[in-house]
Amino acid sequence: MSLLEVRGLRVTFGGRTAAVRGASLSVEKGETHCLVGESGCGKSVTALAVMNLLARGARREAEALSFAGQDLRHLSDREMSRLRGDRMAMIFQEPMTSLNPAYTIGSQMTEVLRRHRGAPRARAAERAAELLARVGITAPGMRLGQYPHQLSGGLRQRVMIAMALMCDPELLVADEPTTALDVTVQAQILRLLAGLQRDLGLGILLITHDLGIVARVADRVSVMYAGEVVESAPTAQLFAAPRHPYTRGLLRCVPVPGKVRRDEPLGSIPGVVPRIPPGFRGCAFRDRCPHAAPACAEAVPRQEAGPGHEFLCTLPPDWALRERAA
Amino acid sequence: MTAAIEVRGLRRVFRVRQGLFAPPRQVVAVDGVSFAVPAGSVLGVVGESGCGKSTLARLILGLLPPTEGEVLVDGRRLSEMDRRARARLIQPVFQDPFASLNPRRRVKDIVAMPLVAQGSVPAAEAARRVAEMLERVGLSQEQGERFPAQLSGGQRQRVAIARALVLRPRIVVCDEPTSALDVSVQAQILNLLAELRRDLGLTYLFISHNLAVVEHVASEVAVMYLGRIVERNESEALFRAPAHPYTRALLASVLTPEPGLGVPDVGLGDTLPDPANIPPGCRFHPRCPQAFGRCPAEAPAAWPAAGGGFAECHLLDPAAPGAAPREALRQEA
Ligand SMILES: Nc1ncnc2c1ncn2[C@@H]1O[C@H](COP(=O)(O)OP(=O)(O)OP(=O)(O)O)[C@@H](O)[C@H]1O
Ligand SMILES: Nc1ncnc2c1ncn2[C@@H]1O[C@H](COP(=O)(O)OP(=O)(O)OP(=O)(O)O)[C@@H](O)[C@H]1O
Ligand code: SF4
Ligand SMILES: [Mg+2]
Ligand SMILES: [Mg+2]
Repeated sequence: MSLLEVRGLRVTFGGRTAAVRGASLSVEKGETHCLVGESGCGKSVTALAVMNLLARGARREAEALSFAGQDLRHLSDREMSRLRGDRMAMIFQEPMTSLNPAYTIGSQMTEVLRRHRGAPRARAAERAAELLARVGITAPGMRLGQYPHQLSGGLRQRVMIAMALMCDPELLVADEPTTALDVTVQAQILRLLAGLQRDLGLGILLITHDLGIVARVADRVSVMYAGEVVESAPTAQLFAAPRHPYTRGLLRCVPVPGKVRRDEPLGSIPGVVPRIPPGFRGCAFRDRCPHAAPACAEAVPRQEAGPGHEFLCTLPPDWALRERAA
Repeated sequence: MTAAIEVRGLRRVFRVRQGLFAPPRQVVAVDGVSFAVPAGSVLGVVGESGCGKSTLARLILGLLPPTEGEVLVDGRRLSEMDRRARARLIQPVFQDPFASLNPRRRVKDIVAMPLVAQGSVPAAEAARRVAEMLERVGLSQEQGERFPAQLSGGQRQRVAIARALVLRPRIVVCDEPTSALDVSVQAQILNLLAELRRDLGLTYLFISHNLAVVEHVASEVAVMYLGRIVERNESEALFRAPAHPYTRALLASVLTPEPGLGVPDVGLGDTLPDPANIPPGCRFHPRCPQAFGRCPAEAPAAWPAAGGGFAECHLLDPAAPGAAPREALRQEA
């Protein structure tokens, strides 16, 4: 049984935009699963759908959506909010959306523990200070008394991370948790998450568009394009033998020191992510794909390219190997 | 040959009010910066958030007056040039293409703005140059008729680049030009900037916190820390053998897309620098994993580093007691 199981997730807004179109993914205990893809492809909506935090007017459907064996589809709002912040926690892309400007950091952090665990105030404050120190905040006692606007962006982001960890969650959904941070601080936070994972068996769904982070921390990667998971594989496998043309294009766009020389152009993917009209059929990448064929406008098969390695494309699983041999 | 950009002893102080009664804090955003950028080259500027990169860019563009020091562009003092002459010589491309484009104007009018501001370019000539520039950056005539909100992030950055180049400047200051973009779009924009530089013989000051990007585009790199350039060198030498402990920590923090390597511990601790409270001696010493007795007491000189550059670190002083020999430095790197 997976810690988190998502199968055939669809999210539509006002019946018109399909933001997520049948995405599937799972997170195991102690595993980091990275979700990558271009801006607007549906990463945040997928995360919000899992946490049942979608905006009003959004419609969520799934063939399966479960956490630790519990079906999340039919939970009431109350049952869901009891899980949220407790056994499953989320770090949002925009820290200010989840920090209340009117309350101190300390009262917001302790509130989480008091609500879910009924912990006494002093015990909760102790825990909050301990976690602030763990995310690398010096003088945590002083920070607890400050308001969100008194902190720099980097500090706020770290407070968010500490707050998500208050109840020792089993699952952490982290939406671009380090994007706003300096590389040195980013490295520190990612090491912290890896440590928690080792110590507590935390499962992490990590959303990022940074392929460097993916390579370094993910056990498994899912690549999203226009609301679909177009490829999913164990990390080493994805980087060594990507099968979907979009994944291959994406990997070529990143400057890797020592690989691409100065004055040599980087690989790039021409064009932009298309708008997907209702009733769209076929591969959403076909307008930008160098391998597009008439069959790509029909139903596209989900294929196996090895153990735990799936991709959504009409090309045969060994196409890349054949191309190289030719 | 005169340098395209030369700055001498540049310093910029901000006074930040803290409240009604508290004395204002002094933030030294740029502190004694000097360098020259030869025409046709790319100087990359890297460093952590708040180290003064954007302030340096605004000083060089003449958008902000220096507290001390001077800026020379193409051999002429910036302070003695009028706004129009400056615009013909040096232009900016900023990070957020959306914030810097007027949402109520069509793309072609946005690109024409610098020409109009010159006041001396006939309308037909301006329209011709705008059309030429749009094509050059890969935008269609039809896209020229649109408003910024009707374009993608990458297309908007193309508009910003077209606007920067329409006066045919010699120098372009790029402040995080691809930081708001997806990697696939970032690659398109970096390729475009490289192509334009080659074809038009431009000089770039290229600011980014993404070291892999800087390594790809820059011929020379300056590393800033709390307002100072603490190391500068030819790009290849700097990335191969960084001499300053801060540069080394920064490079070690870069997560290249190589699976299996994990996330390194760069040993900087967690005391983040405060630009209103610059440490005495070497400004990096509270975070430096190699600091020794002399570091908090004395500001390091700019010692030569292999490759022709320099680094401001006591470890490079051949006479420093307690300093590790240079061989040891290189081994660790
Ligand atoms: N509340 C909403 N109402 C209507 N459309 C929405 C809403 N929220 C998101 N969308 C749309 O859903 C799609 C997916 O958005 P999402 O925020 O998941 O993208 P993302 O992959 O997280 O992108 P980014 O990398 O920019 O954060 C987008 O086209 C977006 O415009
Ligand atoms: N107009 C201003 N008034 C007061 N302080 C300022 C002003 N502009 C910049 N600063 C301060 O000067 C320092 C340098 O800021 P700057 O924007 O140059 O940094 P940066 O290196 O560009 O950072 P980032 O990577 O976050 O863009 C910071 O401490 C900043 O808060
Ligand atoms: S001078 Fe000292 S503190 Fe500064 S970087 Fe060198 S070793 Fe570190
Ligand atoms: Mg998002
Ligand atoms: Mg800046």
